[in-house]
This record gives sequence, structure tokens and C-alpha cells, in this order.
Amino acid sequence: MATTGSGTDTHCPYCSLQCGMRLGAHMADTVGTADEAHGGVAVLERPEFPVNRGALCGKGRTSAELLTSASRLTAPLVRDRRGGPLREATWGEALDRVAGGLTDVAERFGRDAVGVFGGGGLTNEKAYLLGKFARVVLGTANIDYNGRFCMSSAASANRAAFGLDRGLPFPLADIAHAGCVILVGANPAETMPPALRYFRELRENGGRLIVVDPRRTRTAEMADLHLRPVPGTDLALALGLLHLVIADRHVDEAFVAARTTGFEQARAVAMAHWPERAEQLTGVPVQLMRQAVEMFAGAATGMVLTARGSEQHSKGTDTVGAWINLCLATGKAGRPGSGYGCLTGQGNGQGGREHGQKADQLPGYRSLTDPAARAHVARVWGVDPATLPGPGRSAYELLDTLGQDGGVRALLLMGSNPVVSAPRAAHVTRRLRALDLLVVSDLVLSETAALADVVLPSAQWAEETGTMTNLEGRVILRQAALAPPEGVRTDLRVLRELATRLGADKGFPEDPEEVFGELRRASAGGQADYAGISYRRIRAEDGVFWPCPDEDHPGTPRLFLDRFATPDGRARFAAVPHRPAAEEPDADFPLYLTTGRVVGHYQSGAQTRRVPELAAAAPGPFVELHPRLAGRLGVAEGDLLAVTSRRGRAVAPARVTDTIRPDTVFMPFHWGGTGRANSLTNPALDPTSKMPEFKVCAVRVEKAVRVEKEVR
Amino acid sequence: MSRPRVAVVGAGMAGARFAQQFLAHAPGAEVTLYGAEPRGPYNRTLLVDVLTGRYDPDTVALPCGPGARVRTGCEVAAVDTAARTLRLAGGGSAGYDRLVLATGADPVLPPLRGLRAADGTLKPGVHPLRTLDDCHLLAEDASVAHRAVVIGGGVLGVSAARALAALGLPTDIVHRAPFLIERHLDEGAAAALRHGLLSLGVGVHPGRQVRALHGADRVTGAELADGPVLDTDLVVLACGARPRTGLARAAGLKAAEGIVVDDQLAASEPDVFAIGDCAEHRGTVHGLAGPAWDQADVLAARLSGAAPDATYTGSRPLARLTAGPLQYAAFGEVHEAPGTDVLRLVDATRGSYKKLVLLGDRLVGGILLGDLAAVGDLTRAFLGDHAALPADPLDLFTTTEGAAG
Repeated sequence: MATTGSGTDTHCPYCSLQCGMRLGAHMADTVGTADEAHGGVAVLERPEFPVNRGALCGKGRTSAELLTSASRLTAPLVRDRRGGPLREATWGEALDRVAGGLTDVAERFGRDAVGVFGGGGLTNEKAYLLGKFARVVLGTANIDYNGRFCMSSAASANRAAFGLDRGLPFPLADIAHAGCVILVGANPAETMPPALRYFRELRENGGRLIVVDPRRTRTAEMADLHLRPVPGTDLALALGLLHLVIADRHVDEAFVAARTTGFEQARAVAMAHWPERAEQLTGVPVQLMRQAVEMFAGAATGMVLTARGSEQHSKGTDTVGAWINLCLATGKAGRPGSGYGCLTGQGNGQGGREHGQKADQLPGYRSLTDPAARAHVARVWGVDPATLPGPGRSAYELLDTLGQDGGVRALLLMGSNPVVSAPRAAHVTRRLRALDLLVVSDLVLSETAALADVVLPSAQWAEETGTMTNLEGRVILRQAALAPPEGVRTDLRVLRELATRLGADKGFPEDPEEVFGELRRASAGGQADYAGISYRRIRAEDGVFWPCPDEDHPGTPRLFLDRFATPDGRARFAAVPHRPAAEEPDADFPLYLTTGRVVGHYQSGAQTRRVPELAAAAPGPFVELHPRLAGRLGVAEGDLLAVTSRRGRAVAPARVTDTIRPDTVFMPFHWGGTGRANSLTNPALDPTSKMPEFKVCAVRVEKAVRVEKEVR
Repeated sequence: MSRPRVAVVGAGMAGARFAQQFLAHAPGAEVTLYGAEPRGPYNRTLLVDVLTGRYDPDTVALPCGPGARVRTGCEVAAVDTAARTLRLAGGGSAGYDRLVLATGADPVLPPLRGLRAADGTLKPGVHPLRTLDDCHLLAEDASVAHRAVVIGGGVLGVSAARALAALGLPTDIVHRAPFLIERHLDEGAAAALRHGLLSLGVGVHPGRQVRALHGADRVTGAELADGPVLDTDLVVLACGARPRTGLARAAGLKAAEGIVVDDQLAASEPDVFAIGDCAEHRGTVHGLAGPAWDQADVLAARLSGAAPDATYTGSRPLARLTAGPLQYAAFGEVHEAPGTDVLRLVDATRGSYKKLVLLGDRLVGGILLGDLAAVGDLTRAFLGDHAALPADPLDLFTTTEGAAG
């Protein structure tokens, strides 16, 4: 176990920043209070790690609490009959039950009736091995993961434009030195507070910050300019801005000629979105669009950074493509201090999408349909390429067909909580209940684990070693600081034991470094090439940026400086017109709903809701609405509101604020139960990325019928 | 009919939008646009800024969707709706299964003495402004002219006059109606606009008419109906547009002011449709890009099968002008009517004029001129129809949007 003098260097269990932290027992250096020392470890600062330079948010500071939380699972649970209770079982019994159930379903309904659902929080080693397990041991095409709900639209747009998908093509710290940054649908003040310093430094250095968000978020508050489009109209806004770039002669002709293709088609589409038309579609006044263009185009360097707000749409890929156009037209890509980037969400949102838990992918960001890629990976795995299944269903499509004819009947789920996080969640919950076998590996009894037939208690981040790839494409190393409690096993061990039971007694090592060694070979020559990255190097170099094809390669902090990763080396403009959301308001459902996060919670909240300090700060869901709308509805702060869409209903107290558009309400999505925002959301999918439209749907808002007791 | 041939007559804004939308719904479909102009579709709303040089003429091209065939310089001479064929002016014919007429409109040429030269063409120095070619000729002429007169004070006339003034030409607008842009504005807004034009070097003569153009080889003056003559060597005709219905009438299609279409945008013969400036729907010819595109979207959704039951029931009128520093948004019913409440804010010093027309708790119309800070909220409140209005409608004049931090 690698440790430094005062503890074990590792990283936060939560978001894609993967802030460096140290786990140790020296109370003097403890970031939080003494209460935060748990299981012999406390969260300590690790100021030398470059991404966060010691800073941690409340989630990171309190992350050790879950290590000893009473809500933690410490024994497998099984359910003897449908509708019966979960009871404790031995690992032997639980794993036999899983292996038997998976085999039974495969025999009765075919191998594709066995599904695997992974997560963007899993380490690279787990994600890699889960994909291998699905394709080699289970032989199923149906493996996908919750990253599909995260940054998949940015991924597909990145690949279309640049031929490669890495969240940021530059280190996060470069933001501080850009001339102008446009943050689109991103709220790092709540989602990744330690990253905020770079935006503050940007402004201190004289750079400008433009925030595009239907809400005046805490991030928008610190911007030089806030554009507030109607939800679902970012594409029209980006096109309107491109129009102004062209009309006001801000096109970098030399860059466009030398390093891009497709400008004329993109220009024609922009001409169809002249500023006054974009204004009507977006509700953003032309005057503000012009200010934004002058700020961005007038700066020597510039970046556009998107997050879920712009990406989680049925046109997310096209929307990101239109933002990339803006960088390309102004020559702000493939140069130091400039470029397009995606602020990935989940801890391993980046690595999780590179190594084969995605329905259409093999390790190294290889395509499952490319014969050469199949041959390479099959060789590493020691199997015949012909035995590798083809692409399977995307995440929502997989969930939507659970228990149905032709759908998945037995599901192994790791590191995800779709009962809370999937769109149209009530329907997804019904589908999960229809399974013949649901196996969930988690550290707590999440809402999804509670439905399972078998629950496997898994180790936490501080109890196992493994690599993560943060939003910069920096591969970092989490190191175990303590052993898992009695009764808890690592996912790697579970996969090995299941593989053995299913007839594969080789190829599933339990040691993460051994798995990583195989991952390096499997990724070698692929786009996300990890071949030259080792645990030793990561420790010595504060992480290594992929691609890193060999041990002598320094890694690649900045991509595209010489050429883009397309066959001709040129970046490609997207020629994509605006289109409406899959569901627009009408007389019955007259308002837009958009969803998002609060600072205290991470994703479905399965972890953070169980940390008392975080739960106390953000105890439950709410409905944010503008005073104008509240006045019209006769709603006061705290009134219990029923929000209804075509898919369901959610109830939560009103939070009246003028930071939101009057035609839009907002709900955070971290909670299950009656206040579950995803009961309302629309599973309309992006045709390319298969991203569901989490960020906009049509709803009706009414005061919930009062019960006797005042509910707050 | 597995792959119907769709013919679009007219390669203007409506035709291009239809083709782009149709092909988005039905990739690989066979769509042909027949355009009389020598170039493909372009954004006509930007013409005036082509004149000022803000846009290169090549820049304003519009997309027609991948795979659309655009036949430029290809005028359709006749339609045989029984045989489903088009006869082309340049010879030859083409069949179709579905025909979309998007023939647009012609500029109205006012009946003035001295409008034409001896050969029947417009007198040198006299220009319509409807096409890119018009724009080229006008720009060329403007570069050698000294003074300009714009006949007509509607949207085109006002923006053309502003553009000519921006090119350094003292310009006068002669407008028949009592105030400018009477179709969108009320008298107060028009007065504020007039004031703004004056500061840019544009004189406005409302309630006046030009009755003759002077000059033998080239225009030298515009004679007003009440006697005076405005010296000028450049005249722009901005007297409105008339739906181009000749082709449709000759084919026996029902036409009034425009080609008459129903809520399916269908003309009076099977499989013939009309959209845009040439179409008359429920008695209205819109003559604006917004409604033309609404119609194109509905028809594309219908004909492609994406939404076979889609209907067009009208557009919410919303006019938006940006002419250099002058800008306004006008929407809905801007005049007072029985039962309406009117809110008005006039700031003469800053040249802004704002008006809202309310019917009960509904916003039925309004004008923002000069200060458009609230335009985003107001536009959406008007278009959205379902959105909440504030309890105090005065709040609509303000916005919470904009610079932060």
C-alpha cells in the first residue's frame, strides 16, 4: 500500500475533477472537523496535486463518513421470492444464485437476454473488466452504462468534429489564461466548486466569462455576461452567435482554410438563423448575443465549455457541434489557450467511456464494429474475434426493454442507480421489477438495490486501488488506504468469482494493477492509448494524460496543436439546423421543466444523502419558480407543489426565486420517492448519442392538495 | 409511389426551408427546386445589409438540405396539374408527384409618370430591392449618386433608407400613409422611429405621395403630388410586394390576392400546395419570413409523413427590425380596441417607445422601439401564449436578464 509520510495519496470518490486528497490519521492536518475521522482515516489536504491544489468541496471533505456509515452494506442480500424481503446471505450463496440465474436466463432466452449496466464512477479497471466479462463470459451484446446519461452527446460531437473524444483537450489550469470562456449549461459553482478558482483566475487575469444557462446560477452570478435561453434552444443560440461572427467579420479565414472542412455548409445553416430569428427562438435579445460575440471573437484566445445543460437533449450532439463551430470559425481550437471542452460529470466519466462498458465500444476507445479493433482486443483476451458480440442497446433502450420479449431478462448492475437517475423513472422502475433476475453491486442499499434479487456489498474508493481518468484526460491513481470491512468485497473480486462460476477460470485477475496491465495492452494503438501509463508513472507525475503510447512518451496534456485526429487532420464543422425539443409546452403542460444539481449532492444522491452534514444542508427536492409564475399560481415559498408531465408527477416544496425564467421551473434530481424529478423527464433520445432529453420537457404546476400536517 | 418526386417552384426562403425540413424528415427523398434567379436560395431578410456591405453576397446562401437538386436560372413557364408536369421556360419539361408553389412576390411598381425609360425598363437610377441582383445594381448606382429618395415607408423602405444613409447618401422617405410602417407600428412608435431616422440623415415625408419622376436619361428628381420636387439621382421603390400568382392562375388554381390554400396548405388541385409570400391562407398573405417558414415546416412534416396530420392555422405576427442602430419589435394587435388595456412608456430623450396591449390577463400585442432589453421575455411571453404573465404587467417592461457579476 503506497503511502506518503502522513497518509495515503488518493482522490475524491465523486466528480470528474478527481481532486487529490490524502487519507490519513493525523488530526492536525484534517480538513474537516474531528468528526470526519472515520475508520482510522481522515480527509487531509494534498496541496501539491495540480487540479485542485488542496481545495475540496463539502462532498469531498465529508467523503470518509460513508466508510463507517451505519447505512453501509456489509453482507450480501438475497430475496427468496418476488415481493419477499431481502435477507442476508453468505457470499457463496449469493454468487451461486447470481451465476445460476444468469445461466438460466441465457439458456432460456439466449445470451443477449443477460444484460450488464455499468457506471461512470467505476475505475478504469472495473469498467474494462466489466466489458470483458459481458463479452467474453456472458457473450452478450447488451452492456451499457449510465455515462450514456452523462456526456455522450459531447462525446459524439467531439468525435465528429475532432476525430477524438477527450473531455478537455487541455489541462483545466489553462482556463485561467484564456481570453474568453463561454460556459454553456454548466454550473461548476455547484457541481465542481474546486474548479471555480480557474474561472476566478481567468477574470483576475483580464479574461471574460460568459455563462449560458436558463437560470442565473451561482456560476452565472460571477460572469461578465449571462445569456438565458429558453430550455432546449442552445442550438439556435449557438447558430445565432455564429451568424453574428460571420456578419460582423470575426471569421478567422486563415484558420478555417488551413485547419477545417465544411465551413460553407455551416455558414449556410447559420444564415438560416439570423439574429432576430435566434432571438425569437431563444428569448435572448440580439443585443446580448452581439455582446457575447464581441467578447469571444475579440479575445485572442477562447474556449467553449459545455456540460449537461447543453448536452442532455434529443439534439445534444448537434447542439455541441454548433458550439464547436463557434470555436472553429473564430480560430479558437487546436491552439494553446483555446478549444472546445466538455465538463464531464461522473468521477470516471472519461475513462468509463473508453474501455468497453459502452454498448458499441472496445477498450482504447475502439469501435466494436471495426474488424481490426475486434481482432486486436480478441488477441489480448485470447478469444476468437468472431465470438465477440456486436453493438447492443444504449442505456435507456436497454432499460426500456427489460423483462420484455426480446429484451434483457437478467441484469447485472454496478455503480448506478437508475431508479433515481434514469429518465421516465417510474417506467424504468416498473421495467426493473419485471426482470427475472436483478443483481446490484453497491455500497449502500440504493433505491435500485432495494429492488434487486441479489445485492452484493462492494468496497469503497478508499478501500481499493484503481485508476480513474478525470475530465482532462489525466489518468490518476486512487490508492487503497484501508481494508474493506468484513463481509465486503471489491467488484474485481466479484467479477473473478462470477467468471469462475461461469466457466472462465482465467482472465479475471483480482489485482487492479494486473488488470491495468492488461488494459494497457488492450488499449495500445487505440485512440485512448494507455500503453505507456503505469501506476509508477502516475504516482511520480501527478497523473499522465492519454494518449500515451509508450513508456518514454510524456503523455499528451494538450491535443490537436498540430493536427486534429480526423483522417485529413482537419476539424469538421457541423451543418445542423435548430429543431424544437421533443416536447414543447402546450395548453395542458404550459411550462418548461429543467433539472440539475445542488452543491451538496452527487448524482442520484445514494452516497451524499447518507452523509449527515450534506443531508442537513440539502435535505430534499424543491421546485424553483419565478415570482411572476408563483404570483400567477398563487404559490408562496414552501408551498407543496405538484409538478406533472405526460410521464408522471413529482411533489416538492416551492422555492421562489427571480434567478429562473418565468416560463421554466427547475428541480434537482438527487432524490427518489415522491419528489423524484426523473418521474417527469422525457426519454426522447438523441439519434446519435442516445442521450435522453433530461434537460427539457413540458409540465404543469399546481399546488399539491394540502394534507393536515404542514409539510416543509 | 415509393419515392415521390417533389417539385418546388421557387428557390427562395420558403422553398429552401421546405426542402431542408422535408429532407431532414425524409433523407434521400427526391426534391427539386426550380428557381428563376441565377443563384441558389439566399436569405432575403439580409439584403439591405448586403447593400451596406455587412454581408458578402455569397455569404447569405441558405441550405436546402442534403441531396436537394437546385435548378437555378430555371423558370417554370407553365404547370399542367392534370399531367403533373412542369414546362420550363428554357425548354423541356419535368414531371412531379407533388408540387409546392413557393413563387414568392414581385415588388409593386407604383404608377408614376416618368417611372420608365423609353424602352419600357425602369428609368436609370430607379431601383426595386427584392433580389440580390437588385441589390448589386442599387449598390453600384449608390456609389455614384448624391441623394436618394425612397418611395414607401414600410419595413423595406425604412431599412433601405437607413442603409443608403449609412453609405453616405442624404436620403428622403416619401410615404403615403400618415406614419411609418403603419402595418406594425402605431403613431407614437412611428414618430420615435422618424426621429431616429432623422438623426441618421434620413428625412421622412409622411402623408405625401410621389406622382412623377423627372429626368430624361436618368432620374433627377421626385415630384410630390402637392407640387414640390425632391432633387435626387437615386430612387428606391419600396411600395410593397404582390404575390406572384400568374403561374398558378394559368394552371387553373384558385387565387385571390395570393394562391388560396387551406389549413393543409393545399391549393385547389390535388397534390399542389403553396407556401410563403405567394400563398393566401384564411384570407391573409403574410409576406414575412416567419410565417413562410412556419408554413414550410408544416408542409414538410405533412408531405414527408413525419406528421401527416399537421395543419397550419396561422402565425402569431411578430415583426422585428434591426436597421443599424434603429430597432424595434412589434407583435400582435398594437392598436387599442374595446376591452383592451394599454400600457405605454415613452422616453423621448433616449428615443425609446414601449407599448403593451392586454386583453384581460393575456398579452395580445406590443411594440418595443429603441430600448429592446425586454424583447426576449416579451417575445416568448407572446409566442408562448401559455407562459405566465406577471401579476403587475408593468414588470413586462423590465428584464432580469443581462450582465451579471
